[in-house]
Amino acid sequence: MKNPFGYCLVCIGLGLAVAGPAAADEFSAADQARWQAEYLSVVKQGEKLFHGGLGNENTVSCDQCHPNASNTHPETYPKFQQQLGRVAVLGEMINWCIMNPLEGKPLALDSPEMVALQSYITYERRGVELAPGKH
Amino acid sequence: MSNNINRRGFLKQAGAVVAAGSLPLSLVEIAFGKDSPANFSFAYISDSHITHIKGNEFVRNWDRGLKRAVAEANLLDPRPDFIFYGGDIAQLGKPEELDHGLEILSGLRGDVHYVMGEHDYYLDLGDYWKKKLGPDHYSFDHKGVHFVVLNSILTYDDWTNNKWPTAAERMHQMARLDNPQGSPFMVGDAQRDWLKQDLDKVSKDTPVVVFSHSPIQKIHKGWNFWTDDAEQVQALLKPFSKVTVIYGHVHQIQYNQIGNISFHSAMATAWPWPYPSTYRQVESYLPRLTVEMNRANPFFERDATGWQFINLHTGNVDMSYMLPGNTNRVVAFDTATGKPVDTRYQAVANRIPPQVHY
Repeated sequence: MKNPFGYCLVCIGLGLAVAGPAAADEFSAADQARWQAEYLSVVKQGEKLFHGGLGNENTVSCDQCHPNASNTHPETYPKFQQQLGRVAVLGEMINWCIMNPLEGKPLALDSPEMVALQSYITYERRGVELAPGKH
Repeated sequence: MSNNINRRGFLKQAGAVVAAGSLPLSLVEIAFGKDSPANFSFAYISDSHITHIKGNEFVRNWDRGLKRAVAEANLLDPRPDFIFYGGDIAQLGKPEELDHGLEILSGLRGDVHYVMGEHDYYLDLGDYWKKKLGPDHYSFDHKGVHFVVLNSILTYDDWTNNKWPTAAERMHQMARLDNPQGSPFMVGDAQRDWLKQDLDKVSKDTPVVVFSHSPIQKIHKGWNFWTDDAEQVQALLKPFSKVTVIYGHVHQIQYNQIGNISFHSAMATAWPWPYPSTYRQVESYLPRLTVEMNRANPFFERDATGWQFINLHTGNVDMSYMLPGNTNRVVAFDTATGKPVDTRYQAVANRIPPQVHY
């Protein structure tokens, strides 16, 4: 899986090497389409991970409790997670599920797998208003 | 809690069991059927999704749910006349899973009647299940009530026979609830013909209770909270004055009234499912009547499970939900409106924040 931060580094590199001061925010519809396609390819990878692609030994998958990533509420994070007694980000709750019902090993919060899972979960929730902290 | 003295005593005894630890099964009490003044009850357990890992290893969480249901069903007093199992013993239809699930279920005191679930079926089209448990559709009479069991999780022949390279792949595809490559459930022509003939022999004032795995009503096609020929099955049930359909599959509280037919779902022993309305990308049709179960706390493995008493003393259902760690609920048949209503939470103003799913 590609590092999603790689593209930012490439953009900065091009900006320095080729363009003048105006180039950084000049992009075309083709660029936007390409970036969206890049995002959706990571969503697709997240969908696979979410549906049994995490390689956890007990074979339990995220979608067994969260079909279409429902009941994950990405729009409410960060929020006070009453079971932890502190404010948590979505990735911590994904890891809680991976460690408990899935009996697997937690992911680094910036790992490609975690980025892909959050991309999929958030995509399935597209159009819903942000509601940070909501229970 | 009850307007029926027999039921009150029954619930009081059951309350002691709940205090010992609440559980994901449904206890059904039928105070009397048409020709019998004798009370009887039965238990209802469903959706265990026993999952084989390798060798003799199975997913602990799902095993625990079924074992707990069996253990606590054995404590019921008065004894249920029989137990119903609502389908999905297995996760992927494997003989190991069916054998392991049936081994756990063999600890039940009393006879068990089984309903076929899609997770039991789509590996070998139900062969191993039928070898162990018999036909997938049948009926019987018990104390004045006519009970019917349907296999409602069949689908189009082309999807079943021509679409997938292997049986295991077909099972995996159907096991994914939110699968865009899935296919809608149905009872099918052959069983509907059988049902018509079966019901022709039953007088129209006999209470009829139908068991299916999927709801014989259309709620959310994407997750198969749906039976494609629901209306045709409902039409066969229409001539009867008192009809109840009890189903599994949905892993949540649902109730509805369509004409003369009351619908009630049962909880899973394995895990709860979100309500379809929480998936915002498509429309769904949860019965407006349903006051939803409390949202699950994932840190408590058996939360959003529970058990239910179903009292058919008028031929219609009064249901008491016994919910671990939550306030118990009673959904009673309201003769004035001809619908089941929650006796505490039905009015919108009376609902509590955990019942709001979004």
